[in-house]
Amino acid sequence: MSTAIQFDQVRLPAAAEELRREVRAFLAEEIAAGTFAPFNGSISGGFNAEFSRRVGAKGWIGMTWPKKYGGQERSFLERYVVTEEFRVASAPVGLHFTADRQSGPILLRYAPEHIKMDILPRITRGECCFCIGMSEPNSGSDLFAAQTKATKTEGGWLVNGTKVWTSNAHNADYMIGLFRTSPPTKENRRHGLTSFLVDMKTKGITANPIRNLTGRHEFNEVVFEDAFMPDDHVLGQIDGAWKQATSELAYERSGPERFLETIYVLVELVRVLGDKPDLRGAEGIGRLVAQLHTLRRMSVSVNGMLQAGKEPVLEGSIVKDMGTLWEQSLPARVRDLAAFAKASPSNRESFEQQLAYATMIAPKLTIQGGTTEVLRGIIARGLGLR
Amino acid sequence: MSEAADDSIVVDTTTRIFKDLADPLELNKAKDESWKAPLWQALEEAGLPLAWVPDELGGSGASIGDGFDVLRVAGRSATPVPLAETLIAGWLLARAGIAAPAGIMTVAPVTLEGGLTLGTGNAVNGVAMGVPFASEAGHIVAVAGSGKRSSVALLEAKRARISKGQSLAGDAKCEVAFENASAVAVGELETAVGASPVALIGAAARAMQMAGALESALEMATAYAKERIAFERKIGQFQAVQHNLAKLAGETAAALAVAGSAADTLAAQSALDDSVFLEVASAKIRVGEAAGAGAAIAHQVHGAIGFTLEHALQRLTRRLWAWRDEFGTESEWAVLLGNKIAAEGADQLWPTIAAR
Repeated sequence: MSTAIQFDQVRLPAAAEELRREVRAFLAEEIAAGTFAPFNGSISGGFNAEFSRRVGAKGWIGMTWPKKYGGQERSFLERYVVTEEFRVASAPVGLHFTADRQSGPILLRYAPEHIKMDILPRITRGECCFCIGMSEPNSGSDLFAAQTKATKTEGGWLVNGTKVWTSNAHNADYMIGLFRTSPPTKENRRHGLTSFLVDMKTKGITANPIRNLTGRHEFNEVVFEDAFMPDDHVLGQIDGAWKQATSELAYERSGPERFLETIYVLVELVRVLGDKPDLRGAEGIGRLVAQLHTLRRMSVSVNGMLQAGKEPVLEGSIVKDMGTLWEQSLPARVRDLAAFAKASPSNRESFEQQLAYATMIAPKLTIQGGTTEVLRGIIARGLGLR
Repeated sequence: MSEAADDSIVVDTTTRIFKDLADPLELNKAKDESWKAPLWQALEEAGLPLAWVPDELGGSGASIGDGFDVLRVAGRSATPVPLAETLIAGWLLARAGIAAPAGIMTVAPVTLEGGLTLGTGNAVNGVAMGVPFASEAGHIVAVAGSGKRSSVALLEAKRARISKGQSLAGDAKCEVAFENASAVAVGELETAVGASPVALIGAAARAMQMAGALESALEMATAYAKERIAFERKIGQFQAVQHNLAKLAGETAAALAVAGSAADTLAAQSALDDSVFLEVASAKIRVGEAAGAGAAIAHQVHGAIGFTLEHALQRLTRRLWAWRDEFGTESEWAVLLGNKIAAEGADQLWPTIAAR
């Protein structure tokens, strides 16, 4: 079939299930010790340095990486289990998650050896926070419009310009930034951008807070004024960053965090409706559980196919498109289903707080890391329409 | 479900038979049903209708996964031939240890309520509504009882009173009444969950057929968008059309993944336990939703031509709409699944999902 879509039936291996028990025991201890409250969206992804160090000590950051860089050389399906259990529990993984998911793999592939030896072990110990410098005031979905400029100078580059919507820039030790090193060519407007490793302590870099609509400070504007990047901080080919979109992107698109970000409102809905819901409540829960199971089976399958060396590019994009739309729609559907629930006041209060938070963060889910519109274009290309 | 569904011999064979003997446009033009006999004969010669019956019970003894691959391919062509019904009947007979007869079979009931009883002297009583292809079947496999034990009865179709009707796809869909109808053979089946064996295997089979039909609908709509010109461009170059097709690809992907997952579960274990229930219920719910959403997009992309009787698209979409309703609708399965999840409690929700 020309439009063949393939999902291998991947089940998690026994080693991953054993790991799941360890992860659950660890999270139960952390919850009992008061590190964080479970099923609480407002702290999910939060920043907790001590917690990240304890996760690192368990060997659960950069766990697929080579041992010489501090990794455990475990499989991507084992990493999958750690990611999903942390996400469902709403564990505060903000310090290490970006580095674990995408910055570390980029360094592994493109950074010089001495930088890998320096930074990767610190990431795996939960000591090193990364942010991603892609969007700019006039360059969001259209990454190739980036204007922040890196100009060649003695021994390195001088960077000038502004990145924006940079999550965790105020906490980050490093950024992986996309800067313009040459103008685009007539033939290829994607030409001329280069990836850099940016030490956030560099003179000339300022992170200014931007509060999101919930009132929180998560993302930032990052201003570069003659900030110096040494030559060995260039990642990959100069002017050729556009070629570097690789299998890491498929992992990033298809992971469990792409449909589990508001899962706590479904869990709390089941709590509020009780053990004998009315017909409407039962049907609503049943449909949502069927949709969740489907998304997870798709996501596990894509990760298994990647682990097996296949390239499920179309399938990975579909997981992110459908997963983010689902997690975005979840608060509204849960709100409808809970409308007539007679819960105890204490139960109801906690539920409503969770729902309010999920409702407010829902809009970002189909924007961050590639909008629905961009993903649909990628899927259309996969169907041969572009 | 084999990892490479498109490479297996059984897939090749099934694909070739339908391609040679059931071309959708030829069938659309056909004035009578004379195409049916040679098609059924070819399917029987390949051992496909009794694929789920072991050799010693008169079948061809293929794997459960192979049988689901056959259903996916059959779904791609959406040909009104009782292949799925005979496969399902054979699966029930095999599990009950009853030898399978040759020829066309169907099963009853095809609703979640049940309503048939088995009395003394192996007499079956009750009425089953909407039974597909009962008017063409030589035998009917009736499932009686509820709860954790079911009885499986093999009956000659002539023992039942069959009133022929039509599904919205125009396929035979009958009311079947049993009045002290004596069975040829009777066996027992156990399930550990609150859905009967015929509902579980029937829903899993329909989900896989629908996934196959969605594959074809996506292929047909994509191909049409690449050739149809409007406003001096191929319509597939318009972003609005591209996004609709991307959504159709998503619905098709979801259907393939969850129907494949249910099939994989039934192939990997024989116990009809909680994991089978979760997988099959989810598959019938989610694929049923995909059938509705996907058929709508496939039609929108095709415009008026897809709304004609002579176009092949309606062969797929009308069966998607019809198959959704058989062996439990999305709503019915969702109530069963939702009640089970609620009874187990909020903190068990994630462990249940993660165990699959």
